[in-house]
Amino acid sequence: MLIDSCGFSPSRSAFVMSSRIIPVVLVLLVGSVLHTAAASPSDHETNHTALTNGTAHQKKAFPVLDLNYEHVHAPFEISLWVLLASLMKLGFHLIPRLNNIVPEKKVPPVMNADVFFLCLLPPIILDAGYFLPIRPFIENIGTILMFAVIGTLWNTFFIGGLLFAVCQINPGYTMDLGLLPCLLFATIISAVDPVAVLAVFEEIHINELLHILVFGESLLNDAVTVVLYHLFEEYAGAGTVTVLDGFLGIICFLVVALGGVLVGAIYGILAAFTSRFTSHMRVIEPLFVFVYSYMAYLSAEMFHLSGIMALIACGAVMKPYVEANISHKSHTTVKYFLKMWSSVSETLIFIFLGVATVDGTHHSWNWIFVTATVILCLIARVIGVIGLTYLMNKVRIVKLTTKDQFIIAYGGLRGAIAFSLGFLLNEEHFPQKKMFLTAIITVVFFTVFVQGMTIKPLVELLAVKKKQEAKRTINEEIHTQFLDHLLTGIEDICGHYGHHHWKDKLNRFNKKYLKRYLIAGTRCEEPQLLSFFHKMEMKHAIEQVEKGGGSNVPSALPSTVSMQNIQPKKPTVEPERMLPKLPKGKEDEIRNILRTNLQKTRLRLHSYNRHTLVADPFEEGISDIILRKRKSLNTHINNYLTVPAAPPDTPVMSRARLASDPQARGAKYNADNVPTFQVDLASPQSPDSVTLLNELKKVEDQGLMMKAPSSKSMEGERDQQKLTRCLSDPGPSADEDEDEPFLK
Amino acid sequence: MGSRASSLLREEEIEEIKKETGFSHSQITRLYSRFTSLDKGENGTLSREDFQRIPELAINPLGDRIINAFFPEGEDQVNFRGFMRTLAHFRPVEDNEKNKNAAVSEPLNSRTNKLLFAFRLYDLDRDDKISREELLQVLRMMVGVNISDEQLGSIADRTIQEADTNGDNSISFNEFMKVLEKVDVEQKMSIRFLH
Repeated sequence: MLIDSCGFSPSRSAFVMSSRIIPVVLVLLVGSVLHTAAASPSDHETNHTALTNGTAHQKKAFPVLDLNYEHVHAPFEISLWVLLASLMKLGFHLIPRLNNIVPEKKVPPVMNADVFFLCLLPPIILDAGYFLPIRPFIENIGTILMFAVIGTLWNTFFIGGLLFAVCQINPGYTMDLGLLPCLLFATIISAVDPVAVLAVFEEIHINELLHILVFGESLLNDAVTVVLYHLFEEYAGAGTVTVLDGFLGIICFLVVALGGVLVGAIYGILAAFTSRFTSHMRVIEPLFVFVYSYMAYLSAEMFHLSGIMALIACGAVMKPYVEANISHKSHTTVKYFLKMWSSVSETLIFIFLGVATVDGTHHSWNWIFVTATVILCLIARVIGVIGLTYLMNKVRIVKLTTKDQFIIAYGGLRGAIAFSLGFLLNEEHFPQKKMFLTAIITVVFFTVFVQGMTIKPLVELLAVKKKQEAKRTINEEIHTQFLDHLLTGIEDICGHYGHHHWKDKLNRFNKKYLKRYLIAGTRCEEPQLLSFFHKMEMKHAIEQVEKGGGSNVPSALPSTVSMQNIQPKKPTVEPERMLPKLPKGKEDEIRNILRTNLQKTRLRLHSYNRHTLVADPFEEGISDIILRKRKSLNTHINNYLTVPAAPPDTPVMSRARLASDPQARGAKYNADNVPTFQVDLASPQSPDSVTLLNELKKVEDQGLMMKAPSSKSMEGERDQQKLTRCLSDPGPSADEDEDEPFLK
Repeated sequence: MGSRASSLLREEEIEEIKKETGFSHSQITRLYSRFTSLDKGENGTLSREDFQRIPELAINPLGDRIINAFFPEGEDQVNFRGFMRTLAHFRPVEDNEKNKNAAVSEPLNSRTNKLLFAFRLYDLDRDDKISREELLQVLRMMVGVNISDEQLGSIADRTIQEADTNGDNSISFNEFMKVLEKVDVEQKMSIRFLH
């Protein structure tokens, strides 16, 4: 048994065998005690891996404890590595990512390029693509493409050419490097790496524009890298590259880039379409997101298209539709799984890189080559950025300042993709592979360590604009949309087919065709403004519930806040508290929590007063508030029961009236002080009103107590308006269906 | 205002427009050709019908308001000067605007003036406040027919609440500016006029 577990079996490789020493050592004693008798495996092991000789099935002592490591060794090691990575991340999150730790007793597993490209890279890219801020990306797409394509090309040829020249100085020392291998090497080293950029930029919280520029560049240059890599690899053997090859290369680039995006978009649409039908099986929703994206990546890689671009396209395309379809919990799941996977991947990548650095078998240090590479990389990057910015600033509205240029140049980090690509090189074709690898690792080290560590203090020093932490307010949302429409109109008047024109066309197409097929139920007709508003309210309600309880009770009761504000309203003190419109489920939750907590407080008050000399003024206030709240609730319940349903004003008519004479609307509104209950059954074009009716029914069945968010002015009509508003919650019905079983 | 019937643009006019709006020579001539192509009546001025003939403007929710913004108070015709004056608000802001002579008050395309233009589109009755009704009108136009009045009303209330600092239940121009201070208005409200 011991012999077997030590693995003198032919199917194991040397590395793996030696890495099993620890577990074997640990169980050594136990094993030896139990297996003094015989060496042959017992019957009950026959259903494990086929190492048993299976010849002699004689009965022997039943092994109470047994060791069979080969059975689990692969998943065991993987899990061990992941655990190690995560623990290190916990402990060393302040220290730069590259850890040169070699686990003491183990021979480190060297990263397999396949493992990297197929397992470690996709989660990071998917995470980036799914949460890509689309608006700044599209707004700056021209600049990003310029940097990605032209910048990378410039880097490649500059570095490759000059490196070749440098190597000519002393050909023998640098192993007779030809031009094409140089260019190939330059291709590998010149692409900015998304993993490294993500890792570093995440920490420095730089403003959105710079972030998206560097990050977008790192994503899109993958297409260029793929094409050039294959081109040079193919022809390095042949020795020459003709003009025809160059021309084919350009076509290949277009195919690779656009093909990758197309593949990703197709899978994205499929995922969106699938998510439309998942309202009955919520638990598998995240699975669709992940699997479709991964398939997009693999399909693109299969055709030698750009897998990264496919993944980004898939994530970006599917996101708006999937978000509208899946439940809140699935959304959270997707988000956290992606973050978790990408975090683990990233750490693993850097560990492997560190390990590979120390592992001497892959290295061949060559002073000239390595130093030349590092210096040339820096110079190429700086010149490239300056040149391209100069060109782009002629066309951009928001110019890039010198500070911006510096950060962009400084943020051009190389990372593990470069290393893996180098690793993939065939040693026969490229005898200089080891030299390449050494140089690549040095550059990666240099950029990530030196540049990555110093970028944060530099950002502070140069006072570069930081990311704005505040959330978007609804004002900003409304006014931004307003300005979009305005600008589109002005562009049309000028006859200028600019940004807004095409954006508007895309939106219209989206609304007309895509949304109908890809979003389930009535959500497809919900305008963006409304969904934004819902999201805000939801977030706000959740925050309130989390805060609500104990001494924070006043803040959870909007009506009481207003009543407590006897002094003139302080504008800075969270005016949102005055008027939250809670979706129905949350309302009940809050109600329950409050009811229990309120009672507790009162009890506490009583006992507290008996034993303390100084009564907490805040708690005293609470009892007043409770009384007042109860009183106001009662009055408002009465109001609710007697609100008359005003004659419905069909939306079509109101719009017609509005269009013809804008002022008429205002006049009409003032006249009708009674709020309109839009119970508009007759009109076929307002699905929302039907759901409204359903909700009303539900409300009455449950005997929902009316919460009374009164405004500061406390006029009667405004109270009624707000009452109706609370009822008219148009929250996504799918979401509530899913939530109810959990809450109740 | 002088509505001259001449359809040629004279040099002095170009110079004046240049000084007033900051457009370059080529931009002015290009826009002038656009102006004349819109002007079907060929009388050197545009009327509301001329604007409404632009197809994309008809489907724009704010189409009517934008058209109205070109016409000064009570007028029905706008000449080229007025046309350019309105369009000047959308010129990109340049850094070298600062060295203009101090006598000229803020150029038409400064951030404040851009915002003022947008503000006036909301505030139809020109009382320097966006009241709840005015906001509701705009929301209704942008959001379409599927939303009920109460929902819209609550959005409007929430909007006013967020912006309103002096408690008058409407949004003044200063409050409007404050709310949009994080938005990059200079970029959002600029059109790259091609040469």
